[in-house]
Amino acid sequence: MNIHEYQARALLKAAGVPMFDGDVASTPTEAEAIARRLGGTVVVKAQVHTGGRGKAGGVKLAANPAEAADVASRILGMTINGLTVHKVLVVPAADIATEAYVGLIMDRETQRPVFMVSPAGGIDIEEVAATSPEKILRLPVDPVYGLLPHQAYTLAFFLYREFAHVKAAARIVEQLYRVFTENGASLAEINPLVTTPDGRVIALDAKLTVDDNELDRRPDLALLRDESAENPAEVTARRANLTFIKLDGNVGCVVNGAGLAMATMDLVKYYGGEPANFLDIGGSSSPDKVVSALRIITADARVKAILFNIFGGITRTDDVANGIRTALAQFPVKVPIVVRLTGTNEAEAVQILTGIGMTALNDMDEAVRQVVAAAKEAA
Amino acid sequence: MSVFADHATRLVVQGITGRDGSFHARQMVEYGTNVVAGVTPGKGGLRFDDRVPVYNTVAEAVRDTGANASVIYVPPAGAAGAIYEAADAGIRLIVCITEGVPVMDMTRVLPFVRARGARLIGPNCPGLITPGEAKVGIIPGNICAPGRVGIVSRSGTLTYEIVNHLTRAGIGQSTCVGIGGDPLIGTNFIDVLQAFQDDPDTDVIVLMGEIGGTDEQKAAEFVQQNVTKPVVGFIAGQTAPKGRRMGHAGAIISGSSGTAEEKLAAFAAAGFGIMKRPVDVVELVQARL
Repeated sequence: MNIHEYQARALLKAAGVPMFDGDVASTPTEAEAIARRLGGTVVVKAQVHTGGRGKAGGVKLAANPAEAADVASRILGMTINGLTVHKVLVVPAADIATEAYVGLIMDRETQRPVFMVSPAGGIDIEEVAATSPEKILRLPVDPVYGLLPHQAYTLAFFLYREFAHVKAAARIVEQLYRVFTENGASLAEINPLVTTPDGRVIALDAKLTVDDNELDRRPDLALLRDESAENPAEVTARRANLTFIKLDGNVGCVVNGAGLAMATMDLVKYYGGEPANFLDIGGSSSPDKVVSALRIITADARVKAILFNIFGGITRTDDVANGIRTALAQFPVKVPIVVRLTGTNEAEAVQILTGIGMTALNDMDEAVRQVVAAAKEAA
Repeated sequence: MSVFADHATRLVVQGITGRDGSFHARQMVEYGTNVVAGVTPGKGGLRFDDRVPVYNTVAEAVRDTGANASVIYVPPAGAAGAIYEAADAGIRLIVCITEGVPVMDMTRVLPFVRARGARLIGPNCPGLITPGEAKVGIIPGNICAPGRVGIVSRSGTLTYEIVNHLTRAGIGQSTCVGIGGDPLIGTNFIDVLQAFQDDPDTDVIVLMGEIGGTDEQKAAEFVQQNVTKPVVGFIAGQTAPKGRRMGHAGAIISGSSGTAEEKLAAFAAAGFGIMKRPVDVVELVQARL
């Protein structure tokens, strides 16, 4: 789960990371009030779950409160990478001497949290990684012992020469590590970590991604989810315990299991079609989930045909067939549905589908060929 | 023979009285797996289906029944604890089916398990099956048949699809291992590839990968240097949308984005037979048996 910059800032600040005061606004008037309280020039930053905000015009300077209101009115409501901006963060414009990068990620390979720091921070850190890898220090942390003092200093000395800066940065990486582990993060980032002309080290930005698996035991973190910042269909899907990702094609797909779902999309493409979505109904799928899945897929007018590809294991294929029957009784589905199912309770499933005048295929390739043909015919 | 599980497997089911645990315990018993015990704290002394003794702790189950393998069906909040307990009780093979285990828990579980010399498969995996001998997990037994093809996969149902194609074509399997799709897992492709290479009853290996990360590229490199048996590979997600990665750090650490193209290129460089569709597995394996 991604959280907003202003939410990540609050977590870092609570852990003691030095940051400028700032606040979040939903209206130009609120932004103006915050700018007045802060005084001086401020930065107004769009709060959306996507990168490249600055380049899209979602981060702007404002010299006074009136200008802050004006800038906020232009940023609020704008769309960045398909996401609408509902909130802006207003912070003082910093006088910056240097910009560094501090990142911490859960690394599959070492199976540990790994720090990555670079004295060359800022918006082009990815390019730094690609062109001058020597400017990035990677340091895996043993989770059993945590970040050790000498490791914190190793990271800090890589960033700064001046010892006062080093000491401040060592404390910040320790605080960031604590925020990372205590909140079950998969990513924590400060970019940039800046020094000011008067010698302070300050986190100017904060980013935190929380492992979805933490949310059940951390209702406080689950509350940070901002559904208005996500794709509406994906929100509906998550509430129904489905994993759904919208794509651009016209063949709707309902599959059990992520691997099979991806392989199904690939096969649609192989036979000349374009998948409209990724949708995994998961393991023990109740008929309700199938109804929700069909609702979500049929809400997209571009979908010209729908494919079910179900390999029953834990998933009972008769549950899926029942779901299709229930859905068709509840709302009209105007596009052809091709069903492929095999495995647990297959005979019962076929009987249910036959009862409502549908046929079930047994072979995945045949089903995909049929649904692609149906979509082409309708398009 | 085969790998990890066979006739000598003496299985304890952790969470045997739960909804998933009881359902799958029955399926495993029906398949012929030697299920010697179950564990549910507070239910010690019961008999599951009038047959399998239930214990409060794994240590008691090991002491009384000589259990040497465990399969875990407990909910996510208790899964890490269940793995620690099994490893501490001296269980050699621990298979964690549970989906949704916090990754932060796994950072501490993995070194603990390793220090005790146990093998963990999963979490969030379908487990494994050695057809005709033992099923540890949830892979449907009826789609498998004994044979000489070893299968290792990150997926669940996609594995079933592949196994089903093979069995219908009369090609049996030595062992099918689902290693799980979580970021931090106990057994990776390389561990299983090594086991299949060492297994005299495996002649051909099928490796089913997915987009994301670099595990498949590493597996291909390992095959090039250490595996003499033919390998057939598949990558799911060739048409998946790009750009849904984590922030800057994710892009930096992988050094690449883990696309299907680079994985398939690594497979080709290692001499794998490459499936374009799941059904291609039959022809590619047949040509190598």
